[in-house]
Amino acid sequence: MTWWERVYFFEIARGIAVTGGVFLHNMWRWISGRKGALTTYYPEETRADYAAGNRGKHILTQRPDGSPQCIACNLCATVCPALCIEIDAAFDPEDAAHPKYPARFEIDYSRCIFCGLCVEACPEDAIRMVKEVPQLPTFDRGHMWLTKDELLNWNPQRDVAKPYPVAGKDRKTRGPA
Amino acid sequence: MIQDLVIGVVFIGYALGMLMTFGTVLTWVERKQAAIMSDRIGANRAYVRIPFTQIKLVWLGLFHGLADGLKMLLKEDFKPRTYDPYAYAIAPWLAFTPVLLVFAVIPFGGTLVPAELVPGLSAWFGDKSYPMQIARLDAGLLIVFAFGGVTIIGAMLAGWSSSNKFSLLGALRAGSQMISYELVLGLTLLGLILIYGTLDLTSIVQQQSGVILGFLPAWGIVYQPFAAILFITAAMAENRRIPFDLPEAESELIAGYFTEYSAMKMGLFMFAEFIEIAIIAALFTTLFLGGYNLPYMSDSGFVFPGNYVVHLSHWAVVVIQLLTFLVKVLAVCSFQILVRWTLPRLRYDQVLRFAWKFMFPLALANLGVTAVAVWALGVMNA
Repeated sequence: MTWWERVYFFEIARGIAVTGGVFLHNMWRWISGRKGALTTYYPEETRADYAAGNRGKHILTQRPDGSPQCIACNLCATVCPALCIEIDAAFDPEDAAHPKYPARFEIDYSRCIFCGLCVEACPEDAIRMVKEVPQLPTFDRGHMWLTKDELLNWNPQRDVAKPYPVAGKDRKTRGPA
Repeated sequence: MIQDLVIGVVFIGYALGMLMTFGTVLTWVERKQAAIMSDRIGANRAYVRIPFTQIKLVWLGLFHGLADGLKMLLKEDFKPRTYDPYAYAIAPWLAFTPVLLVFAVIPFGGTLVPAELVPGLSAWFGDKSYPMQIARLDAGLLIVFAFGGVTIIGAMLAGWSSSNKFSLLGALRAGSQMISYELVLGLTLLGLILIYGTLDLTSIVQQQSGVILGFLPAWGIVYQPFAAILFITAAMAENRRIPFDLPEAESELIAGYFTEYSAMKMGLFMFAEFIEIAIIAALFTTLFLGGYNLPYMSDSGFVFPGNYVVHLSHWAVVVIQLLTFLVKVLAVCSFQILVRWTLPRLRYDQVLRFAWKFMFPLALANLGVTAVAVWALGVMNA
């Protein structure tokens, strides 16, 4: 510390000048109708600049016909450390390629820790995480359960890399039928 | 006689209303100002919903103070098993009441002539005039210090009667700190008393109404800039706010002398702190910023240099003087909050060393220089 800093008195004046300057600057922005803060009015307003890799919210990818790519294998629910994924599997005799599908696929966001292990565990690339955050703030814990419909439809993504097999044609190539 | 009583009641009502409003609004100002200083938005969630509608009044979070007060009132009033419940119960009031009483001698406006204000009352009031102040006392400044000193007893009593070691240690800290700074506070003002030659606050304010050197307002801060800085520092230390909030130390003493207080008793301590901010600001305004005076303004209107005169009615003068005082007080309050959110707190030994080895000698030196200057000017003029 220099002598100037050790006297402290002048440093106080400098510090007050800094904070007072920030105050006046922000105050002028508020008065002139602009926003004088870096933070946002969450949840009414969410920031637009989430990083591309941000693990915000889950989505279920869809096949070209709109059905979920999920095959209800329960791997995500098994790996989930927070035990917040619940899947009820069902049987669809019409769809020979994917007879098992999730009748119910729900995530309890009050417990989810956004670790992304479900995404890594999924063999079908059926669950992904996107950067946008879900609208979670609520007065009712029940509202924090997101159902299959919401997971499929709030920002649908179709996986064109895996086209839906045409019945009777691709059956031999997709494993023992 | 009865007229004096009516005016007195009106003044007391105004003073109490003003202090209570300041105490509540300052909690909001503190939150918002801190937020704006640190690029945040600040309190904006508490609202009042108009009954039977969905219209929610937020008003920039102004209702957070109301929510605080309600919370304090509705919380459980925990009472510790202490050997002195009477002292325990009376301590918050001893900390709170003197702060209000200090305002009794502070003039918050010029002279009020009720007959001129409301012509219908002229028969009753005659040509009586009243200085806008609850009590005009020759020893005004002494009253300020006397009541200021009583606050220490409140803090000590609270710590002593809580029968809690943390409270007692916090009270000891508060006591030694407040007594140290009370001394500095008194010494800084002695210079001012030498210059104005009176302890009467009304007279002090009236002497600050002129202009010196043709352009500077004749405010105390111009005569005694050094004392002004020392005074505001010592006063903030006396109020025990950051950077001097040593009686309150979460990791060592929990909440200091009000550890054992809950609900509204604790609220009284907090409220007293916020009202004391306003009181310090009012004192600073009265002593150093010319009180209700504006430069070039007198009781009849503005008289600008070059004999350019603007006549104002008595109504306008009274309102302008009241508003000037309020605006100055609010500005000084805001400055105190600025300091509170700027500086890191000191260590306890640093606080006391700062009082006795830095501020005390400086205040003495200031007094000495002022005394010599006043004497020299007197000799020259004689």
